[in-house]
Amino acid sequence: MLRVAVVRFPGSNCDEDAYRAVQLAGAEAHYVWHRDPSLDGADVALLPGGFSYGDYLRAGAIARFSPVMAAVQKHADAGGVVIGICNGFQILCEAHLLPGALMRNDRLTFVSRPVACIVEQTDTPLTCALRQGARVSLPVAHGDGRYVADPATLAELESEGRVVLRYAGGANPNGSLNDIAGISNAARNVVGIMPHPERAIERLLGNSDGADFFTSIMRWPAERMPADALATSDQTRP
Amino acid sequence: MKYQVRVRVMPRGGLLDPQGQAVEHALGALGFAGADEVRIGRAIELALDAGSSDEAEKLARAMCDRLLANPVTEDYELAVEGR
Repeated sequence: MLRVAVVRFPGSNCDEDAYRAVQLAGAEAHYVWHRDPSLDGADVALLPGGFSYGDYLRAGAIARFSPVMAAVQKHADAGGVVIGICNGFQILCEAHLLPGALMRNDRLTFVSRPVACIVEQTDTPLTCALRQGARVSLPVAHGDGRYVADPATLAELESEGRVVLRYAGGANPNGSLNDIAGISNAARNVVGIMPHPERAIERLLGNSDGADFFTSIMRWPAERMPADALATSDQTRP
Repeated sequence: MKYQVRVRVMPRGGLLDPQGQAVEHALGALGFAGADEVRIGRAIELALDAGSSDEAEKLARAMCDRLLANPVTEDYELAVEGR
């Protein structure tokens, strides 16, 4: 069964939602603490939303040096799937697993509401169960969500089809360049998005547009998902 | 020897600084009509053990590059003095 490690940092607050969304999609979820040296044999590392280390210094700046991030880095380098949602996206940018940075929203307000987004790329482990061009409504909840990168990086993201999710025309809630809501790395195994699909998985609660993002993780081909190769050796550490 | 390190981190020129803009508007509302180009950064101070001032500056620069400033969005300036 597909195993997803939900990484908990001090200040994570979407960890339980992410855990549940993973389970509802049919995968096995387990928590990994930020001090753990390994992902415990996971196929996927999921960095959930929240305010790790109180967003001190910059959002994600301190969490990025947690012991578990060395395991996340190795997992990503080996081609393993790494997903970051909201604060998880900020951490992945701070860790340079994704390019660019997430800065203070342009109108200085914390935005917490559903936002229309367009699925731009479906060749990623977070969107392969969606239709390219699909319009979805996803909750956002962030104060530092304005995606910025230098012009060369932006051009590269666009030309290589690495803008995975974009705010729909006129719906950009934070001033992100090119309306970027989510991106991938060049190898497409690392994906970060600001909106919260894990908060939109239940029709009963009014919106299930996020469910397909977790179904995508399940559908990503096994040969593109090498498991945490270092788990065994890490577990034998004293 | 102990050195006093002062780091000044500023948002890179050209990037939108919404905090600076909001403060600029507030200054205008208070009647300080001549104030503009307000930008808001961060000051960090720390005491550092190092063998020489050069070594202290090198260490402080490494701290800035790795943690204290974000190379994508921020520039920093350092001042190191013995104490």
